Amino acid sequence: MAEKSGILIDYDWCTGCHSCEMACQMEFGFPVGQSGVKVFQVGPWQIDERKWQYSFMPVFTDMCTLCAERAAKGKLPSCVQHCQADCMKYGSLEDLVKEVSSHNKQVLYAI
Amino acid sequence: MSEEKKYVLVEHEKPWRYEEEGYTVTRGSAWTGPGCHLGCGVLMYTNDEGKLVKVEGDPENPFNKGRLCVRCLDLPEVTNSDKRLLYPMKRDKDKRGKNEFERISWDEALDDIEAKFNEIADSSGPESIVFLQGTGRDIASWISRLAWSFGSPNYGFPLSGLACYLPRVSGMMSTTGSFWVCDCSQQFVDRYDNEQYEVPEVMILWGNNPLISNSDGFFGHWVTDLMKRGMKIITVDPRMTWLGRRAEVNLAIRPGTDAALALGMLNVIINEELYDKEFVDKWCYGFDELCKRVQEYPVEKVANICWLEAEDIRMAARAFGNAKNGCIQWGLAVDMVREALPAIQAIAAIYQICGYIEKPGCMIAPPEILFYGGGFGSDLLTPEQEAKRIGLQKYPLLHHGFATLQADEMMAQMETADPYAIKGAWLQTTNTIACMGADPKRFYNAARNLDIVVCIDLFMTPTIMALADYVLPAATFPERDGIRVGDGPQRGETINKCTSVGECRSDMEINLELGRRFNPSAWPWKDVQEMFSAVYDGTGYDFKGMREIAPAYPQFSYDRHAKGMLRQDGQPGFNTPTGRIELWATQYANADLDPLPYFGEPDPGPTSTPELLNEYPLILTTGARNWGMFHSEHRNIPRLRAMRPDPIIEVHPEAASEYGLKDGDWVWVENQRGRAKRKVQITTVLLNSKYCSTDHAWWYPEGDPEKLFDVFDLNINNSVPWVPGKSGFGSNYKCMLVKLYKVKDGE
Ligand code: SF4
Ligand code: SF4
Ligand code: SF4
Repeated sequence: MAEKSGILIDYDWCTGCHSCEMACQMEFGFPVGQSGVKVFQVGPWQIDERKWQYSFMPVFTDMCTLCAERAAKGKLPSCVQHCQADCMKYGSLEDLVKEVSSHNKQVLYAI
Repeated sequence: MSEEKKYVLVEHEKPWRYEEEGYTVTRGSAWTGPGCHLGCGVLMYTNDEGKLVKVEGDPENPFNKGRLCVRCLDLPEVTNSDKRLLYPMKRDKDKRGKNEFERISWDEALDDIEAKFNEIADSSGPESIVFLQGTGRDIASWISRLAWSFGSPNYGFPLSGLACYLPRVSGMMSTTGSFWVCDCSQQFVDRYDNEQYEVPEVMILWGNNPLISNSDGFFGHWVTDLMKRGMKIITVDPRMTWLGRRAEVNLAIRPGTDAALALGMLNVIINEELYDKEFVDKWCYGFDELCKRVQEYPVEKVANICWLEAEDIRMAARAFGNAKNGCIQWGLAVDMVREALPAIQAIAAIYQICGYIEKPGCMIAPPEILFYGGGFGSDLLTPEQEAKRIGLQKYPLLHHGFATLQADEMMAQMETADPYAIKGAWLQTTNTIACMGADPKRFYNAARNLDIVVCIDLFMTPTIMALADYVLPAATFPERDGIRVGDGPQRGETINKCTSVGECRSDMEINLELGRRFNPSAWPWKDVQEMFSAVYDGTGYDFKGMREIAPAYPQFSYDRHAKGMLRQDGQPGFNTPTGRIELWATQYANADLDPLPYFGEPDPGPTSTPELLNEYPLILTTGARNWGMFHSEHRNIPRLRAMRPDPIIEVHPEAASEYGLKDGDWVWVENQRGRAKRKVQITTVLLNSKYCSTDHAWWYPEGDPEKLFDVFDLNINNSVPWVPGKSGFGSNYKCMLVKLYKVKDGE
């Protein structure tokens, strides 16, 4: 069986720049507002005097194919390549599973 | 070509143009139009019909390492938009404002413009035509040369107080002889891994949210790159941002009080002796005078002025002063206050006295190939014509930095014809009545009386509809060749044509063609490629040679002031009258300005005009940028407009409840000068209930052309007067007193 791939998000660094969404829309010509990945905002709200909740999270949709064609050419998924905060990592699930616990605030998408 | 050795190159796997599965891929720099201050490395995909179908980041380019923001990703939508201007047009002068343009040929357009400009030059002098530009499009080098070769000294920006970047450039050039940028390793081909490089311990982000608003050739996400490598940040911002939430401390400053904060921080750094004594002794001038001045700004007083906690100011000053190395990335907010120059001087003094100059991870003077706002053709102007530059007599600091006119003086002169009448305007890359211009109606009324207005742009704009007699369609960057000599450290970078749209021509092609009609000897090149090769003269490459190998990095080493590399005469030190960094500024004293930094209260403002607070209780800051829009551009690009469909005003929940406003309400944002329509978004990002914040440069491309796309209902600059600071630099675009009230039905 072919190795299964996924995307690991180090979401503490996601700045909400929306490049992943736009990269996917343009790669596949999806209509305005639709994409293989969508970015959600959590916050801002104040937690205590010095601390704030203000973060973003990319969520993959049913339109995501993990850029199978690009992968076949040895290219990164378009969202991963263009991520401005460099907080997305594409790889085999087996490897990424090991990495997900390396530090807090990461999520692993098996797509 | 021994000069080649001076450059450090990227290893390219493929040539600058190659085929990939039915597509042609062209590598190059993403520089304008549409506007941007950067020029990320891109791979442009065109199909067999030569149409641009996709833009990807170039993973080989050290600048952005394959990353792109949404605007370049969405570029095919811009370049191929059915809203583009596709051919030259003309319209009778008495039909200005009417949607009655007529298609003409390039020859007819250029013949007419040449004849009419020459007629004005003969009857009134070439100085009576102003050549105005906006920002972010590759234009300064070419439009200034066009103006000067025509004989007009009046090239510039229609922006009150030239309040964007130019105050910082002029301030830094006159006190240090250079501009300064944060060292994010951008000058090295191997970036963060370069053996000379060290990560800054602390970066202050002052009045700039670089993730969204990347100016000064600074790719915003270098900040996250550096934070991952251990850099700490301090932010100065009245709004909570993603970066602010990750800062050691965010100083939620009252808009317009930046100079006071900087003086308060200097007070701490000096009185607690956190500065670099050796550097100050050896390389700075006027430290004792600065010491005396900062005693007038004790931290408690400053905290009162800025609406901050004294302890936070101390914490920020200590974190910066105690660091091994550090830098300050500043933004437009420091220019957009009337007394901008002393604010700039005070902020710069923080890193100057800490000695964070020309060391790894500190501030560096960006290496330059061409000084693009004053270096290409300034010799074409006779001293007699140069002396007629608008504002030069009144504001001598215009001698330093960009060689532009002073815009508030221009505005007045358009109305008074004193000392001479303005007869024509060449508006290239500026949508003046939607974006830069203060009090846009005032500019509009004056410009309507001009004998001729020519506009050069990508799309129809309110400014073109209101004013243009001739419209020339300009190219986006995939449609043109070019070289990137812009903000930040310059490198050999080319912009490479891979597609064509309509009859559009590049800005520089237009200027070359018209310029050589006015003054053939000033434009001796047969085409733009030859012209670019001329600019590259001295690099050892011509345009085509550079295209193969770009990006090419000039060799860089630190401590250039000690090595005599920052002065023209090759002596150690800085390019100033004293050869030192001037904390006490000789050139300011020569211009009858205070040679030391000081704080001037924004006026109107809660402290200077408390009597206005009953009527106008909120402090408005404007111009915070959005991911998908560059100033007045991109409103007509569906994917980008969808990210920001409406002009928004952010309102604090307490203010919203006090004024009975709900999320989504449409309000007028008004001060004593004018008003603009906005949609309310209630949010706690505003760190004081008195602050509100709105984006700028709104118009509705989908609106009625003959109502000028609603620009006069939407432009927040309706509230901004044409009043500059004492030096001629700075203007209150970002600190106004306003009130909010609901828009009535039918308004
Ligand atoms: S992996 Fe490819 S298909 Fe999936 S979201 Fe990213 S760009 Fe879209
Ligand atoms: S591109 Fe990266 S940083 Fe930007 S929103 Fe997507 S995941 Fe976040
Ligand atoms: S910052 Fe964005 S718009 Fe500017 S060059 Fe880079 S990707 Fe393009």
